[in-house]
Amino acid sequence: MAKTLSENPPKKKGTNWRKIKINWQLYVLLAPGLIYFLVFKYYPMYGVQIAFKDFRAVDGIFGSAWVGFDHFIRFFDSYYFWDLIKNTLGINLYALALFPISIIVALSLNELRDGKFKKTAQTITYAPHFISVVVFVGMIIAFLDPATGIINNFIQFLGFEPISFMTEPGWFKTIFVWSNEWQNLGWGAIIYLAALAGVDPQLHEAAKVDGATRLQRIWHINLPSIMPTIIILLILNMGNMMSIGFEKILLMQNELNLESSQVIQTYVYEAGLLHGQYSYSTAVGLFNSVINFAILIFFNRLARRTGTSLW
Amino acid sequence: MSIKPAKSDRIFDFFNKLLVWFFIVIISYPLIYIISASISDPAYVNSGQMWLFPKGITFEGFERVFQSNEIWLGYRNTIFYTLLGTFINLAITLPMAYALSRSDLIGKKAIMALLVFTMFFDGGLIPTYLLIRDLGMINTVWAMVIPSAAAMWNIIVTMTFFKVSIPKGLEEAAEIDGASQIRTFFQIVIPLSAPIIAVMALFYGVGHWNQYFGALIYLQDRELFPLQLFLREILVQQQITAELMQQSGTAAAISEHAKIADIIKYAVMIVSAAPLLIVYPFLQRFFIKGVMIGSLKE
Repeated sequence: MAKTLSENPPKKKGTNWRKIKINWQLYVLLAPGLIYFLVFKYYPMYGVQIAFKDFRAVDGIFGSAWVGFDHFIRFFDSYYFWDLIKNTLGINLYALALFPISIIVALSLNELRDGKFKKTAQTITYAPHFISVVVFVGMIIAFLDPATGIINNFIQFLGFEPISFMTEPGWFKTIFVWSNEWQNLGWGAIIYLAALAGVDPQLHEAAKVDGATRLQRIWHINLPSIMPTIIILLILNMGNMMSIGFEKILLMQNELNLESSQVIQTYVYEAGLLHGQYSYSTAVGLFNSVINFAILIFFNRLARRTGTSLW
Repeated sequence: MSIKPAKSDRIFDFFNKLLVWFFIVIISYPLIYIISASISDPAYVNSGQMWLFPKGITFEGFERVFQSNEIWLGYRNTIFYTLLGTFINLAITLPMAYALSRSDLIGKKAIMALLVFTMFFDGGLIPTYLLIRDLGMINTVWAMVIPSAAAMWNIIVTMTFFKVSIPKGLEEAAEIDGASQIRTFFQIVIPLSAPIIAVMALFYGVGHWNQYFGALIYLQDRELFPLQLFLREILVQQQITAELMQQSGTAAAISEHAKIADIIKYAVMIVSAAPLLIVYPFLQRFFIKGVMIGSLKE
C-alpha cells in the first residue's frame, strides 16, 4: 500500500479514491475470490481461538469460556508429545535429505541430446504424479504384503524370511519417504528443467573453448544457474516442514505401526474429528502451524543473505 | 562445429543415459507390474511367478469391478464433482487473477499479502471443519467443491500468465473504445487465454479426481461417495463388500473373500488411474507449461 501511495506523491488520497471508482469493475472481478479467501481461509483463523477456550457448540466460537493455555500445557505434558515431534520431524528431515534427487534427474535429463528419448523419459518419469494417494497407498500395501507381495516374493526367492513391512514400525519412515520420491522425482524435476532452459548457451560455448568437460560445465554453469530455484523450493519445503504428506500418512497408518506413523496432523485428525476434542486438537494444530510458520520465516531470513528469498 | 565430440564427452553420455534408463526402469516397473497383475491369475501373482508379463490371463477382476454398482456410483460421483468443482475453480480463479494482474488495481499489494499469507498459515483442520458444518455443507455435494474453490498457487500462475501473455495495448485499446473492464476481460482476455484455461482445468481437475480426504471428513452417505473412498475401502482397509462378492456373508463366502480381494485389487487400481494416465501424455505439454509459468519471476 505504502508503495502505491508514494508513486503519486502530490494528491495521494484523492487520486486513489478516484482510481478505485474508475476501476470498480476490477473489484467486481476480484470479489468472488476475495470472499472465498475471507470465508474459507480467514474465518477459520478467527475460529482458531477455540484453542484457548473450551469450545461448546451451544455457546459457539465466540461465546465459549476462555481457558488460556490449558490445552497447550496438556499437550506438552502428554506422554505422546515427544513421540509426535520425533515422528513429524523425523519423516520430514528424511524427506528433505532426498531433496537433491529431483535436481539430479533434471540435470541428467537436460544433458540428453536425443530429443525423442528425452521426451519419452520425461513422460514416463512424470506419470506416477497422477496416481491418486489412495491408489498409491493401495499399491504400496499390495507390493509389500508379507505373503503375496512381489517384494516379499523376491526376498524369499533370495532365501530370506519375508518382512511384514507395513506393520513393522521401523520400516514406516523409509517406506513413506522413498515411495514419495518414486511418485514425485520426475514431476519435481520440471521446475529445474524450466530454469535450465534459461541458461545462456554462450556460457557453455565459452567454457567449451576453455576445455571444460561436461561434468565441469554442469557443476560450474548449470548448477549455479538453478541455485535461486533450488533455494526458493528449499524455503517452501521448510515452510511445510511439519505438514507434508499427511493424507498419505493417514492411509498408511495401522494399529501396529502407529508408534512411528503418528504425526502431529494425523493426531489432530484423530483427537478432533474421531474423538470430538475440538478445542484440544485445535491447540495441537495451531502449535504445528506456528512452528511451521516460524521455520519458514527463519529460513527465508537466512536465504536473504544469498540474495534469493520469498519476500 | 563438426568436430567429433571428445572421448570424455562420449563416456559422459553413456553414463548419463545409463542413469536415465535406471530412473525409467525404476518408475515403469511397478506400473507394468500392475497392468500385468490385473489380467493374470492371482495364483501366479501371489506366488511371484508372474513378475513382468501376464500369466494365466483372466479378466475376472475387471468383470467383477465393472459389475459393481458402487464402483460405477463412485465413478459417476467423481466425474460430477470433478466437472462442477473445476467449473467453480475457473469461475473464481480467472477473474481474480485477471484483476490482480492489472497495474491499475489500487491496494493490490495489500490484497496480495492477504492472499499469500494463506499459503503459509491457516486455521487448521478443526476450525475449517466447524465452519463447513456451520454452513450446513456436511454430507452435501457442496462440501466437495466449495471448500476447495480456489488455490492461491494457481491464482499466482494464472496472474503471471496474464501479465506476460496479454498485450497491454490490446486492453487499453478496447477500453479507449469504450469497452468496460468486465467486457474487456470476457471478450478480449478470455479468448486469448486458452492455454492457461487448459492448464488450470487440468491442475484443478486432477486434484478433484484424486482427492479423498475432504470426502472422508465431510461425507457420510455412501450415495455421495467419490470413487476414491470406495477404493480406500477395497485397497487400504481391504474390506470387500458383499456386493462385490456377489453373495451374502456366509461361511463359504468368507473363505472366498481373500481370493476375490486378490482378483479385483489390481483391476480396481487400473480402473481408477487409467483415465488420467491415458490422457496425460497427450496433455503433458499443458501440465509442464503450468509448472513453467509458475516458475517465472515477477
